[in-house]
Amino acid sequence: MNRPELAVVPGVDLQQVRPYGDTLGDGVVQVSFSLPLPACPEAEEAARQLALRMGLEEPQVYHRADLGYGFSFYILYGRCRHAVDVTRTLVPRVQALEASFEEINERLLRVAGRPLRVVGACTGSDAHTVGIDAILNMKGFAGEYGLERYPALRVRNLGAQVTNERLLHEVQATDADVVLVSQVVTQKDVHLSNLAEWVDLVEAAGLRDRLLMACGGPRIRHETALELGFDAGFGPGTTPRQVAAWILSEWERRHPPA
Amino acid sequence: MRNLLDLDPTVIEECRRLAAEIAREVTGFARARTTTSIERATLRWMGVEGADPEGVPLVNRVVEEARQAGALGLGIAIPFAGAMVRSGLSPQEAAQAIADGRLSLDRPPESLVPKCRSLARDLAEAGARRVQETVRQREQLIRDLGEGPHPLLYVIVASGNIYEDTLQAKVCVQAGAQVIAVIRSTAQSLLDYIPEGATTEGYGGTYATQMNFRIMRQALDEASRTHGRYVRLCNYASGLCMPEMSALGALERLDVMLNDALYGILFRDINMQRTLTDQAFSRRISAAAGIIINTGEDNYLTTADAFEAGHTVLASEFINEQIGLRCGLRPEQLGLGHAMQMNPWQEDMLLWEIAQAQLVREVFPRSPIKYMPPTRYMTGDIFRGHVQDALFNLVSVWTGQGIHLLGMMTEAMHTPHVHDRVLALESARMIQQAARHLEEEVRFQPDGRIQRRAREVLDRAEALLRQVRDRGLFQALAEGVFADIPRSPEGGRGLDGVALREPDYENPVEEVLDRMTDQEGDR
Ligand code: B12
Repeated sequence: MNRPELAVVPGVDLQQVRPYGDTLGDGVVQVSFSLPLPACPEAEEAARQLALRMGLEEPQVYHRADLGYGFSFYILYGRCRHAVDVTRTLVPRVQALEASFEEINERLLRVAGRPLRVVGACTGSDAHTVGIDAILNMKGFAGEYGLERYPALRVRNLGAQVTNERLLHEVQATDADVVLVSQVVTQKDVHLSNLAEWVDLVEAAGLRDRLLMACGGPRIRHETALELGFDAGFGPGTTPRQVAAWILSEWERRHPPA
Repeated sequence: MRNLLDLDPTVIEECRRLAAEIAREVTGFARARTTTSIERATLRWMGVEGADPEGVPLVNRVVEEARQAGALGLGIAIPFAGAMVRSGLSPQEAAQAIADGRLSLDRPPESLVPKCRSLARDLAEAGARRVQETVRQREQLIRDLGEGPHPLLYVIVASGNIYEDTLQAKVCVQAGAQVIAVIRSTAQSLLDYIPEGATTEGYGGTYATQMNFRIMRQALDEASRTHGRYVRLCNYASGLCMPEMSALGALERLDVMLNDALYGILFRDINMQRTLTDQAFSRRISAAAGIIINTGEDNYLTTADAFEAGHTVLASEFINEQIGLRCGLRPEQLGLGHAMQMNPWQEDMLLWEIAQAQLVREVFPRSPIKYMPPTRYMTGDIFRGHVQDALFNLVSVWTGQGIHLLGMMTEAMHTPHVHDRVLALESARMIQQAARHLEEEVRFQPDGRIQRRAREVLDRAEALLRQVRDRGLFQALAEGVFADIPRSPEGGRGLDGVALREPDYENPVEEVLDRMTDQEGDR
């Protein structure tokens, strides 16, 4: 695969990409970690050897500190000997067109013939509303209107700590077209099991094919979302317009003009 | 009072007066009611512990029995003492027998009531003696060991495993921590019971249980002795079990407890009648046990804009202060919440933050403000995050805050790793030392940006307090005045656990608490 747009730095070899410190190909990286050992020469040597096994050449321990109670902390630099071929790396991304607020509304109303019904929630025991609100609330986020402002969308924001059962109930009651799920807490992968449970529930209810489903949150990747059975996943810094544009693209994809 | 901001004392007085009116409505409302959790706290104070084989705490079993019989409004103490008198069992055995269905909770006949009342009082007094002993121990330890410089450095442990937490806590103490807070497992606040025993599994935090309190207390006492400084233990008296948490905190010598009904209402959708009633009882317990409470205003700024909504924080602090005082807390026990949540890219943000932080200090000079670091604008860029935290550390020592929550550079990612905390403590200590006497040396430009900003926030707080006074706190909450989140008086979790007190409601623990804090009923 040819990716000329990636070859910006003069001389960069896209098939052999290494970290950059101050010279192309030097491979310099910084790592820091603690060990469950008191600070001593042997512990420092253990840190160095770990770096070697991570693939770092000439690792140097630049900082060693005893944290007490048998722990110590290290900052190391080394040269990474591994390289990556980016011409063979393709990360799926959300397929959406670039369109303005006005365009999105105009086209959506035209293709759908009516405003789409959107239901959003932060689900499970997760109480974080700021992310889903940033996408949905009128006032929006990063200088952009939220989805509630879109004449082509009818939005219902259920807030946080919404059980999957309740979300399903609301989706059915409002006959929703689009479901937006937020997950912020990721400890012990609760977000994954919770999102998977949602997908199972929707499938069991026979609704999956009818619904456009996206999830989002600071640790959500599009690829993961696809694996879980969503149509899209949105990570940190997402703006409402990106989500609206995706809704439009996905709707058009599913409803091609006859 | 220091007056670096040239604040108008009459405006501050007016704010207090308005807040006092609001508080009177709230504590009056609370005093007319009881809740399942208040009655469970009462039983815990009277010496009931433990759970049934399914893990349901005995206090829940007993109080649920009364609630289902429609007898919650009478209070649990007298019927419970009645069951003890009839059976001759100890509190623990009686609770067990009631849970097993071997003993009933019928209201004792009138002739037996005096006997039951005196038994219930004895048990309440025994609880008071245990709590007074913890107060004495704390005072003794602080006298012997000292507590280190102020602001007190507060760090969080939250591995989910209480034993892992004790290890992490000790590392923090070695690095200079003076308060260790054990963050609770996600959504524990929504559990209507307190889990039992030592726990090793949790999500985003470690369950608060009586045994976990004890284990951490012991670990911190050891570390206190090793490092020659009394280390305070903090946990949460919030959520549906708020008063019970306070009771356990009092019995197990916790020193600091988060305790704010508004936090539960806004961020956990707990019913406001329930949690405001719970809070009044809870604060009485803290007052008697010498616990510093922390209020939750700092969190408002995670959903509302810090610059726009600064006055809502101050207004809420006034209300929380007045409610606290009416529950017998001393100003020194009021760790009012404040936070540096300014957008780091906003021009002059440091000035606006200094204005707000200094304002809070000057308005509440005797209270140890709980100052929270930037969390909202923290990102995965840990290097920038460490700089944002450094700014926060500077403002904290400069404006003389009381309890300094440490910012973690990994705030946006995970609960802190062992070295995240040590790096944070190191930075905070370095900056504290470096700027130790800055406040004494620097004066603000008269009528300059900082003074003008502080006055504007104070004036807006006054206007807001007047609004809240005019419509009452319940209505104000319904309108979303705080944190931009509207909540209705009938909505949220836990309303079914509230009952109006019957005319013959009795609670000997409450009587003891009032005596311990020199309160005569509701002032
Ligand atoms: C604010 C906050 C809170 C507030 C929440 C208030 C509220 N109503 O939301 C309060 C104080 C209540 C809170 C509580 C807790 N929190 Co908190 N909190 C945060 C904080 C500081 C900021 C989060 C935030 O608002 N970000 C701003 C928004 C705009 O960003 P965002 O969520 O990423 O959203 C954007 C994108 O991700 C995307 N997006 C998000 N959702 C969706 C959905 C869709 C459909 C789409 C398309 C896009 C999208 O679009 C948004 C805009 O770009 C973070 C730390 C941090 N700096 O990230 C911790 C953090 C998220 N909290 C955390 C934890 C653990 C908790 C608690 C569980 C702690 C505890 N044990 O009690 C509690 C309990 C909450 C619970 N039951 O879930 C951890 C999560 C760790 C993890 N990865 O699992 C963090 C990272 C802090 C930490 N280091 O420990 N928290």
